[in-house]
Amino acid sequence: MVDLSVRIAGVEFPNPVIAASGTYGNGECYTDLYPISKLGGISCKGMTIEPKMGNPPPRIAESYSGILNSVGLQNIGVHGFIEYYLPTLKEEGNVIIANVAGATIDDYIAAAEALDASDVDMIELNISCPNVKAGGATWGVTCEGAAGVTKAVRKATSKPLIVKLTPNVTDIVSIAKAVEAEGADALSMINTLLGMRIDIRTRRPILRNNMGGLSGPAVFPVAVRMVYQCYKAVNIPIIGMGGISTWEDAVEMMLAGATAIQMGTAIFTDPYAPLNVIDGLAEYMEKNGIKSLSEITGQCQPW
Amino acid sequence: MSYFCGKYPIIEKTTLAKGIYSVIVDAPELADEARPGQFANIAAPGFTLRRPISICGIGKERGTLRFVFEVRGKGTEALAMLAEGESLDILGPLGNGFRVPDGKRIAVVGGGIGVPPLLGVSHMTGELCTAIVGFRDYSKIILVDEFKDNDSNTILCTDDGSVGRQGLVTLPLAEELDKGDIAAVLACGPTPMLKAVVKLCEERKVPCQVSLEQRMGCGVGACVVCSCMTVRNGKEFYSRVCKDGPVFNAEEVRFDG
Repeated sequence: MVDLSVRIAGVEFPNPVIAASGTYGNGECYTDLYPISKLGGISCKGMTIEPKMGNPPPRIAESYSGILNSVGLQNIGVHGFIEYYLPTLKEEGNVIIANVAGATIDDYIAAAEALDASDVDMIELNISCPNVKAGGATWGVTCEGAAGVTKAVRKATSKPLIVKLTPNVTDIVSIAKAVEAEGADALSMINTLLGMRIDIRTRRPILRNNMGGLSGPAVFPVAVRMVYQCYKAVNIPIIGMGGISTWEDAVEMMLAGATAIQMGTAIFTDPYAPLNVIDGLAEYMEKNGIKSLSEITGQCQPW
Repeated sequence: MSYFCGKYPIIEKTTLAKGIYSVIVDAPELADEARPGQFANIAAPGFTLRRPISICGIGKERGTLRFVFEVRGKGTEALAMLAEGESLDILGPLGNGFRVPDGKRIAVVGGGIGVPPLLGVSHMTGELCTAIVGFRDYSKIILVDEFKDNDSNTILCTDDGSVGRQGLVTLPLAEELDKGDIAAVLACGPTPMLKAVVKLCEERKVPCQVSLEQRMGCGVGACVVCSCMTVRNGKEFYSRVCKDGPVFNAEEVRFDG
């Protein structure tokens, strides 16, 4: 049996496959099929200090090899998460990551403080949600905004801090560097790409929010490119995501620079996709005599 | 209540009307769990999202599930291409089915492709069931004989009067409700129909359950995209059609939310 474990910011994952925030609930939805302990970790549904109602439906539209969503961070609030979901997650799961969003810096601080006192293993700072009017990606699109939130949250918690970056920027590398400088322990990237679909019959956007975030295999090459660029520019580990659906995708993302990966949209197509990736990675390591997956991180040899 | 995910062989496929197909799969563990009103999220070959399709029939003894669906776009078109001997990639059974009161008279009201999930209720309740089913015209009529085979009192309506009673399902529903012995109304169909059915039931204080549709992602409650506005104890909030529904008590649904 090969050792699939990876370490990020001092946290050990038994394997590098993490369920992406917003696609796996709080770990309660797929337990009919397999225990959540099979996954290296779970990034929980994006949470805010106060409960949030979310956007009106429709919140999803399909596209070629992908989907657009505009959920708008519907969640029961940080305290609800800690009370109702976290105990089971801790008992049944591996690494538990709390994905945190907010409209103001104070929101982020309050959420981080509450989570600091909880059993979550890591905090993933969501400064990249394209679907809320205030907060979310408004922080993540400038170096100052991203650095400011990271600095404030860094002070509010001693938990390992992952900052999740938005691809909807001109220069993602400068943002990656800015959050690293303010104490981010790791990066996760990419969040969804802002997109839109229009119903040609009604001439209305399919999403009630007009625009939404594109995810799925369609965005994979963009994600690989951005992880590749950031890997060369920062010294903190990167959790790569964006359209990964097979073990080959996972290896490609690691070669680009990822230490671990997240999967989301692929789970909607096939709930077993993360397990298939884990099995595929194990076989790949065995065949190629790889002792630790970190050997391949960033090993892409550019022309 | 639990669900499964896997490939199940298609043992029978028939065309019920133009663009409307009936598919029966051999899926014993699903049939064992399934209840009328539940649905399955079925993979459409080549597409990212599965297609939520209601369960039309549950063969408890044969271990089969039946789905009836209409080709609405390229995804359902891909599903319609699958033939007997091939398999359906099914995630299900999912959601909450209809709550059928024991031993009491009920009415099921369906419109168009909203009719299939009601057939299972008719099968369960037989002659206690009055089935009021409406279609645009004769070319879209499906499953009517099967409601009759269940000994359900079956009232067929078409919008253009080409077969059965001319007009909407609400007129015969009002007549049936006014007879006074209907204990519950179970409805599935287009939103304007559902609203009209709910209004009739409210006026007559008959409990009503509605099965809703929304664009869906995971199908199991994880992604929170298939929301519908609901109200409980005076508080409005978005429920998930896949997990909290698809069948809701009508008084909890805000159709214009």
